[in-house]
Amino acid sequence: MELDPLLLSRIQFAFVVSFHAIFPVFTIGLASYIAVLHGLFYKTANPAWERLAVFWTKVFAVVFGMGVVSGIVMSFQFGTNWSNFAQASANFLGPMLSYEVVTAFFLEAGFLGVLLFGRGKVPQGVHLFAAIMVAVGTFISAFWILAANSWMQTPAGVELIDGRFHVVDWSEAIFNPSFSYRFSHKVLASFLTGGFVVAGVSAWYLLQKRDVEANKKALSMCLWLLLVLAPAQAVVGDFHGLNTLEHQPTKVAAMEGNWETSSHVPLLLFAIPDQANQTNAVEIGIPSLASIILRHDPEGVVPGLTEVAPEEQPPVWLVFWSFRVMVGLGLLMILVAVAGLWLRRGGRLYEHRGFLQLLRLMSVTPFVAVLAGWFVTETGRAPWLVYGLMNQAEALTPSLTGGMALFTLIGYAAVYAVVFWAGVYYLTRVVRQGMQDGEEIQGEVERPMRPLSASHTPFDDGPGSAAPGTQH
Amino acid sequence: MGGIDLAIIWAVIIGFGVIMYVLMDGFDLGLGILFPFAPDEAARDVMMNSVAPVWDGNETWLVLGGAGLLGAFPLVYSVFLPALYIGVFLLLAGLIFRGVAFEFRFKSRANRHWWNRAFCWGSAVAAFAQGAVVGAYIQGFAVEDFVYVGGPLDWLTPFSVLTGFGLMAGYALLGATWLIMKSEGHVQAWAYRITPTLLALVLAVFLIISLWTPFVNPDVWERWFGHIQLIWLFPVLALGCAVLIYQAVRSRREGLPFVATVGLYIFTYLGLVVSKWPVIVPPNYTIWDASSAPESQLFLLIGVLFVIPIVLTYTAWTYWVFRGKVKVGEGYH
Ligand code: HDD
Ligand code: HEM
Ligand code: HEM
Repeated sequence: MELDPLLLSRIQFAFVVSFHAIFPVFTIGLASYIAVLHGLFYKTANPAWERLAVFWTKVFAVVFGMGVVSGIVMSFQFGTNWSNFAQASANFLGPMLSYEVVTAFFLEAGFLGVLLFGRGKVPQGVHLFAAIMVAVGTFISAFWILAANSWMQTPAGVELIDGRFHVVDWSEAIFNPSFSYRFSHKVLASFLTGGFVVAGVSAWYLLQKRDVEANKKALSMCLWLLLVLAPAQAVVGDFHGLNTLEHQPTKVAAMEGNWETSSHVPLLLFAIPDQANQTNAVEIGIPSLASIILRHDPEGVVPGLTEVAPEEQPPVWLVFWSFRVMVGLGLLMILVAVAGLWLRRGGRLYEHRGFLQLLRLMSVTPFVAVLAGWFVTETGRAPWLVYGLMNQAEALTPSLTGGMALFTLIGYAAVYAVVFWAGVYYLTRVVRQGMQDGEEIQGEVERPMRPLSASHTPFDDGPGSAAPGTQH
Repeated sequence: MGGIDLAIIWAVIIGFGVIMYVLMDGFDLGLGILFPFAPDEAARDVMMNSVAPVWDGNETWLVLGGAGLLGAFPLVYSVFLPALYIGVFLLLAGLIFRGVAFEFRFKSRANRHWWNRAFCWGSAVAAFAQGAVVGAYIQGFAVEDFVYVGGPLDWLTPFSVLTGFGLMAGYALLGATWLIMKSEGHVQAWAYRITPTLLALVLAVFLIISLWTPFVNPDVWERWFGHIQLIWLFPVLALGCAVLIYQAVRSRREGLPFVATVGLYIFTYLGLVVSKWPVIVPPNYTIWDASSAPESQLFLLIGVLFVIPIVLTYTAWTYWVFRGKVKVGEGYH
């Protein structure tokens, strides 16, 4: 069998970027949460806020470290596997990606060290300021990278001269038509991730009756936040979809599993898309609902996939099902947040074991939803890389052979397996160990700068290691 | 651009970034290479502790270099990375393992020997890959019409293997002299002992490469032997530094060996740069051929000029905070 470098490169890119993406999405949300905790402590001087802040900063340090390591790989991917694309789009993407790095530098250089190691060494106000700046830094970082990605979806502000994009208007290129939707949707996704993880961990501690006071506070706070954000995400997602309908109708057709352009298009709940025959093998749907959602009118005409030639269609089943996973989980999140509100009556929120268990499980859902969302966006754009202007095959590194691509794909999978295992294993230990007392934390002074060293949980139980958590 | 040549400004910035990276990540990679030869586990602790506060910052120069190249000289990015495809993967894999080992070795007891291995192999592979890149750069690349057209292993020649091992030895030398400065007692004594051997190794490789390069690349021959030039100043100064290292070690100076090694690197680097300037994608393309559009270079320059001073200040500050000797058994629990 001939190894296809294009397919292998796509798999490789999807793999490394998905691996990378799960870390930032969490750190963006968590950084803001930590800043809020510091703010609350600053205002109320209640030590429970400080204990929470210190604990979550430890988790943040580990996750941030993994994000940096996997991000370094990303910045070389464009050159190794997509060199034609790199060459063609460097005038715009180069500055965007460099600005992301520059922002990250600025962050690490200036404020991360103070946040991680400054407790007790700098005045409380300065520490709070550093926490806020770290949170702001994560947004700026997301800003640049999403500008790059959105531009590839809905390119604007550039001129194609001799096969290379030249920027004619920076603000049009950066604030391209889908940027504001994608940015808000992504920021909300990050907050939902942070919120559900914190809620899940707090629920777990409450089930074990550890640190009850602080964890009740954390849980209550998260649930209020989720009650607002989960529905907001659905609304923003709806607008995002309408925008996509305008600029990338084929992608929306794939999301809806709709083959023929027509009115009264049903909203499919279940379908098995059959791309070979350009139809759905099975479909169960609610009549006219897709027309209503997308055109606000049952008569509304929704474009179908057959508007373009089969070679120009994305892999329909993948887009279709990823979209359902994301939206399904989004709706579940709304339900859980509302259930939390309901349980507040009579204070059952902190006692209801079933609900607390559910929250524990919910903490993985945002990661799944985020990846599903990216799969919709990225695969729905296929075969285009820069929508309408450059396709994937044109973008590939000409000298790349299938064997080379396979070699590095296996290589990255192996390296990430080890790193991921070590990181997750270590995070579980940090969470098991739980929050520490003020004095305990105070005693730990050390090297600044390196994210992971903010945490002092031992990696394994060899001789001489402190006993980890009391439970288990 | 109103008389200002952005390509030259960017070449200086990237050139500065590269030498910063080589010097700073060089000594911590070097310590990784020396790791298995250390006299005992206590010495390994000292070695790691001496770079622990700074290595992360050292590596950020690499990331800036990667992204900066895409922004300022996309041709370099889109030729070097495909041409060095396998090498780039090895470099990244090495750096990842090393980074993770740095973090978890201290927190590990039962599994510590595994992290020791990850640290050593990660450093060694990363250093070799970087040295091979230098070799490949000197050889030049098969480029047609701005696209790399060579094979996956073109870069791997006897010459680039030699430069790979050469840089490993060079980094080990940097690591050893760094350790002289940062340690005391039996660790320092060991570092003093190995430095002359490493220096001899580096000089041997240096000599072979110097004799070999003109044959690998005739343009370089022309530049060095065409007419007597100031260019000969660099190897002479580099040799001067080598003599200085040797004497400083003999008279048991503590800081000078490291400073002189840094000098050795800088002059060798400048020698390499002038043999190629202004070609950036050898054999044919100059910095002007490789540049992105001027408006893009300018747009990026603003941010970079703003951030580099901050990063430099912060770097200097970290080194200042962690100045002084690292003692056995100090630091971590
Ligand atoms: C700046 C650009 C950029 C950004 C921020 C992202 N991607 Fe992307 N993505 C690409 C640029 C890109 C690309 C270079 O354009 C790819 C490579 C091949 C392709 O089709 O597009 C791609 C492909 C691609 C594919 C495979 C599509 C296919 O080949 O059919 C997946 C699943 C993802 N991406 C997922 C993600 C995730 C989870 C991201 C979250 C961070 C993400 N992308 C961010
Ligand atoms: C495919 C494109 C991407 C590339 C090339 C990329 C590259 C990088 C690099 C090189 C770093 C490390 C910088 C450092 O040294 O600190 C990094 C970290 C980061 N990235 Fe990405 N990234 C990509 C996608 C994304 C996306 C989609 C987001 C979020 C919207 C994102 C958000 C972040 C954040 C917040 C950090 C800071 C570190 C962290 O929180 O883990 N990146 N990225
Ligand atoms: C509940 C209703 C939701 C709707 C209607 C919705 C809608 C959409 C649409 C239409 C897209 C594709 C946009 C495009 O590429 O053109 C998208 C992408 C995405 N969604 Fe959702 N979404 C919902 C919930 C969620 C949730 C709960 C999360 C995560 C916590 C999430 C995370 C993402 C991400 C990360 C992307 C890719 C980035 C982007 O294009 O914005 N979504 N969403």
